[in-house]
Amino acid sequence: MANKHRFRFTLGVLLASIVITGITGCSQLDVTDLRGTGDMGIVIERAAGNALVVETSHHTQLFRVEGLGNLSHASVVFSRDERYAYVFGRDGGLSKVDILRGRLVKRVVQGGNSIGGAISQDGRLIAVSNYKPGGVKIFDAETLVMLADIPAVYGHDGERSKVVGLVDAPGQRFVFSLWDAGETWVVDIRDPTNPQIRKFRDIGKFPYDGLITPDGRYYIAGLFGEDGLALLDLWNLDAGVKRILGGYGRGEQALPVYKMPHLEGWAAAGDLLFVPAVGRHEVLVIEQKTWQEVGRIAMHGQPVFVMARPDSRQIWVNFAFPNNDTVQVIDVPSQRIIKTLKPGPAVLHMEFTPRGEQIWISVRDKDLIAIYDTETLRQVKTLPADKPSGIFFTSRAHEIGL
Amino acid sequence: MQAVFFVTTFSLTLLLTLSPTSLHAQEKEISPSRQGELIHLLKQDCGSCHGLTLEGGLGPPLLPTDLSGKPPEWLRDVILDGIPNTAMPPWRPILSENEVAWLVKSMLQGLHNGQ
Repeated sequence: MANKHRFRFTLGVLLASIVITGITGCSQLDVTDLRGTGDMGIVIERAAGNALVVETSHHTQLFRVEGLGNLSHASVVFSRDERYAYVFGRDGGLSKVDILRGRLVKRVVQGGNSIGGAISQDGRLIAVSNYKPGGVKIFDAETLVMLADIPAVYGHDGERSKVVGLVDAPGQRFVFSLWDAGETWVVDIRDPTNPQIRKFRDIGKFPYDGLITPDGRYYIAGLFGEDGLALLDLWNLDAGVKRILGGYGRGEQALPVYKMPHLEGWAAAGDLLFVPAVGRHEVLVIEQKTWQEVGRIAMHGQPVFVMARPDSRQIWVNFAFPNNDTVQVIDVPSQRIIKTLKPGPAVLHMEFTPRGEQIWISVRDKDLIAIYDTETLRQVKTLPADKPSGIFFTSRAHEIGL
Repeated sequence: MQAVFFVTTFSLTLLLTLSPTSLHAQEKEISPSRQGELIHLLKQDCGSCHGLTLEGGLGPPLLPTDLSGKPPEWLRDVILDGIPNTAMPPWRPILSENEVAWLVKSMLQGLHNGQ
C-alpha cells in the first residue's frame, strides 16, 4: 500500500516536472525580461554611424547598433508596434533596427544622397526622399523591397530636384516639396506600385522643409528663397497652395543662415503656431484660424528647431552656428522667453518624453545628451554619446507626420 | 592718470596682439590648434549643408574632384562673401581671409581620416 502511494507520488512529481520544464522550455525569455518599447528611443551618433537604443524611464543606454553608414543628417521613424526603427542615412542607406534586440535587421542603400523619410498611415510602406538622384522611393516596411520610384522631374529638360519636407498624410498619402523646382507633390499610394501624383507648382522659391499639422490637415512648406510659407489644405486640394506670411521680413536685410532651419517639430500651441524665421533671429507666431502673423519673439540666434512641449505650454528653441550652444524656452501664454540655457557647444536636436516632463538635448561637441526637467528647467542627468545628433522616441510612431 | 595708463597699456596689448595678423595676413602660419578648429568647422558646420565628409547635401559636394579646375581665389571669395540668392552664406563675419585661404587649400587636397 505504502509502496503504491510512493509510486503515485513519484509519478506525480515526475509529470509535474515534465509539464513545468515544457512550459519554461517553450518561452525564450524569462518573464522578468519582457518589456514594452513605449519609453524607448534612438539617439544618432552621427560621425561614428551608430544608433544608440535608449530608454527614458531610467535614463539608460540599452544597445549601440553599429554599421549604419554615414549618418550626418540622419532621421528615424518607427513601426506602429514601436519595435522597429527605420534609420535614414545621408549615404542613401535605409536601415531597419530591432530596438528590442538591439540589432540591425536589414539595410539597403537606395539612393546616392538622402535626407529623410516617412512611414505610411497604415505602417506598411516606407518613403525615402533623396537629394541625389532627386526623388522619392517607396519600400515595403517589412522586407525593404522597393515598390515604387518617383523621380522629382521638373521643367522641360528632365532635370531632377532635391526633395525636402517629406511627411505622411491621412488617406495613405505622402507629401513632399522640391527644393530646386519650388513645387509640392501629394502622392496617393493606396496602390503602392502605381502612385498617383498631384503636383502644385510655383509654391515659392527654395522650399527648405515641410510639415503637417498634428491633425493631418495642413501641409506647410517653409521658403528659404523668399519670405513666407506655402500652405496646402489636404482636405481641399482644389483650392491649391496659398502663400502665408508673405511680407514678414520685407525691407530688412536678412542675416546669414549658417544652418537650415527645420520644421519637423511642429509647434502648435492651441490656436498658435510657432515657426523659425529665416535670416532673422526671431520666432514667428501665427494664428491658425486666420493664418496671419500675430507676434514675433526676438531670439538669441537663427532658430533651427522650434518645438512645443506636448502640452503646448512651452516652446523650446535651439539655434544655428555660431549661437548653437544655447537653448531658449518660450512661455506660450505670455510669449516671453522664460529661460536661456547653455547646454554646451553644438546643440543639434531636442526631443520631449511622450508627456513632456523631460527633454533630451544632444550636445555634439561635448559628446553627451543633457536631460532637463521641463518644469524646474534644471538639468537632471547627462548621458555619454559620441557626437550625438538626432534623438527620436518611439511615441513618434503614433503621430501623423512623424 | 590711471585712465591714460590703462589706455596706453590697452593699445600696446592690442597692437601686440593684432599686428602679426594685420601686417602679415598672407604669410601667417595658422597654429595647429586653430587648424584643428577649422577642420572641425569644415566637417561639422560646412558639413550641415555639404555633408559630414563633404560628399554633398543640400549644397554641392566639395571633394577634390568636384573642386578641380576651380580657381582657389574664386573658392575663397565664395566662402568669404557667399553666393547671393542661394543658401550659401558669407563666412566673413566668422573667419579671416587667411583662415579661408588655408581651408581652400585643405579642401583641394582633400580631408583625410583622423583629421
